[in-house]
Amino acid sequence: MDAARGYWERIPARGWVLASVVAVLAFLYPSYAGSLAGLPAVGVYVPAVDSMVVMIVFTMMAVGLNVVVGYAGLLDLGYVAFYAAGAYTAAWLASQHFEQWTFHLGSAGLSPELPGIHLSLWLVLLVAGLFTAVTGILIGLPTLRLRGDYLAIVTLGFGEIIPQVVRNGDDIRGINFTGGSFGISPIDAPGFGETLSGAGLPVNYAQSFDRARLFYWTAVALLLFTVFCCVRLRDSRLGRAWIAIREDETAAAAMGVPLMRTKTWSYAIGAFFGGIAGAYYASFKSGAFPADFYFNISIFLLCMVILGGMGSVWGVILGGMILGWLNVEGLATIGSEIGLQDVPRYQFGIYGIIIVAMMLFRPTGLIPERRHKREMEEGVADTPLYDVSHGGGGQEGH
Amino acid sequence: MLRGHMPDGASNSPLSRMGAILTGPRPGFVSVLGLAVAGLVLLWLFVNAVQTPELFANVALIGLTNGAVFGLVALGYTLVYGILQLINFAHGDVFALSGLVGFTVLFSVFKVSADAASVMTVLAVLAALAITVPLFATINATIEFVAYRPLRHSPRLAALITAVGVSFIVQNIGLYFYDVRFRSASQLLPRDPVFELGDISYSWNKLIVLLITVPALIALTWFVRNTRQGKAMRAVAQDRDAAAMMGIDVNRTISVTFALAGSLAAIGGMLFLTQFNLRYDTGFELGLIAFTAAVLGGIGNLQGAVLGAMLIGFIQAFNEGLTWLSPGSDWTRSIVFGILIAILVFRPEGLLGERTPEGA
Repeated sequence: MDAARGYWERIPARGWVLASVVAVLAFLYPSYAGSLAGLPAVGVYVPAVDSMVVMIVFTMMAVGLNVVVGYAGLLDLGYVAFYAAGAYTAAWLASQHFEQWTFHLGSAGLSPELPGIHLSLWLVLLVAGLFTAVTGILIGLPTLRLRGDYLAIVTLGFGEIIPQVVRNGDDIRGINFTGGSFGISPIDAPGFGETLSGAGLPVNYAQSFDRARLFYWTAVALLLFTVFCCVRLRDSRLGRAWIAIREDETAAAAMGVPLMRTKTWSYAIGAFFGGIAGAYYASFKSGAFPADFYFNISIFLLCMVILGGMGSVWGVILGGMILGWLNVEGLATIGSEIGLQDVPRYQFGIYGIIIVAMMLFRPTGLIPERRHKREMEEGVADTPLYDVSHGGGGQEGH
Repeated sequence: MLRGHMPDGASNSPLSRMGAILTGPRPGFVSVLGLAVAGLVLLWLFVNAVQTPELFANVALIGLTNGAVFGLVALGYTLVYGILQLINFAHGDVFALSGLVGFTVLFSVFKVSADAASVMTVLAVLAALAITVPLFATINATIEFVAYRPLRHSPRLAALITAVGVSFIVQNIGLYFYDVRFRSASQLLPRDPVFELGDISYSWNKLIVLLITVPALIALTWFVRNTRQGKAMRAVAQDRDAAAMMGIDVNRTISVTFALAGSLAAIGGMLFLTQFNLRYDTGFELGLIAFTAAVLGGIGNLQGAVLGAMLIGFIQAFNEGLTWLSPGSDWTRSIVFGILIAILVFRPEGLLGERTPEGA
């Protein structure tokens, strides 16, 4: 065992080797999912390719949330707002919602006479990311001065306001922006259009026989892009600044880290990936509905981050896939296997138990981030919960 | 006043602040903006009051009742925050669960028939309180013991995240035992008018809410101000280490605080049950409203929590009840959270509180 470990430690860039192996296995998943599902006893727990898409999209959001919560240490309880912003960007720019205008730009496999705004979904993903990042900055600018729990509450407030605005947004001065509680559907699917179809690329995912697989491969590619960006960011100057702020804001400021700018960047970048994931998911579901954007989603994503390990990208992916699976299929399958049909109904109670249990028994998560683990074991510079009215990191002395 | 002391009562009062704004050489942009918004709201209320005076008075009475119930829950947030600086997310769900358990006590244990209100049904409500109040005092103290106490040396966010988790657990306990149906005991309190003035009427069921809330608030204030245990609470809130050195049992004091918060939530849950509908997830939103009230008044400040709750109660009732230019109940949540955000961003110490570095 030790010999194998020593050999493994000598491989250069072993992290990337492992990541590549996982990525290749992930890309090949549709080809062996069928045989896995045929296995006795465990076969029923193997998720379908369709479910995998949902799991990966939510994992992507969790990785984005990890930038805010894990890297910069800012508790965001309203991440669902970014998901909503991304989804509605896709709904505005790639559906028949604004039927008074007809505008096509790179739309794949659609008739050019189709009313409404139809941008290429690849462009929509980018625009959704940027729009959501701007939303993140707008939310962040007034609120990031607040520390800790106050910030959490403010983000929660935004997470509650935005869905209500979306729900009521079907009649703002007579203009229907959001389709009210019915939402907006259908939303265009991604595709490569007629010109690129010669190279073997699909014209439009939704019109293809391989719809689920195409969406799956694209989701994996988006997740890889997110993970790559997040890992590189973590090791950048900005990433070190985030971690410095997380560990001790006062010390970081004293060392010349610009607090507001650094925090705002974490919001913007976290939001960016949330927006892309939201837009992609809206396209996959072919709709954006206000009922999807409720507080529990924010907690669900937070639970992924906590289960995996705050700040640890690989941990968050693991946590995201586990909880995503529980949410999409797992709880229902487990419930029917053990004869309790009610299990999915209590999913948020189960997530609550996971959160409390992780915080009490393994606060660093399944795959702890190295620095965060040390912080938890050796004590922290942050004001402990019961420590009141002292100078330093927390409450002001009177 | 639970947390700390007022630096200087006169210089910190809202009125003198306003005076300073009016006479000071350079009024702060935020203060001017705040006054402008407050002025517009007052103007809107005034126009409504002139146009439909009866409706206005009735709606104001509804707001008073709602505000009293919010106040009971808001006090729970403010007590716990004052002593631990922890936003106890689970508090709203404890409140909702207490209402549901109160429903069981009333209709399954006491077998009250909901046909007509009588002296007996009012007594039954009081008797049910005698069961739910100690029960939920114990439950709330247990939550602290199990979930928050082990985290005392962890970063503050760890406890906050745990509180969110506990909130979901409590909510799902309610879901398990009471499914998704709404419960109500609105028939138990008499709805005969206390007084009628033209179209303005004030019914007994609303007055009973005040008759229970006001003594509870007086008792709480007396407890915190005058008893040995209350003194210990204030001491722990100011400085835990120093309090421990003076021989105060910090753990016990914190447990007592949670028990007090739980009892107030149980009273609130019962009163809510007699006024409105309640189900397993009611506590989440109502908890956030109550928390907003606590922040509005100045978190950690008992009088502030009640003041904030009254204001929020009025705002909600006016928004939903008035006719001229009112956004309506579709927007209540946005308005309440908008107030929360505005207060946290511009005046995190609240109306009556003192400045803390959270907002600095």
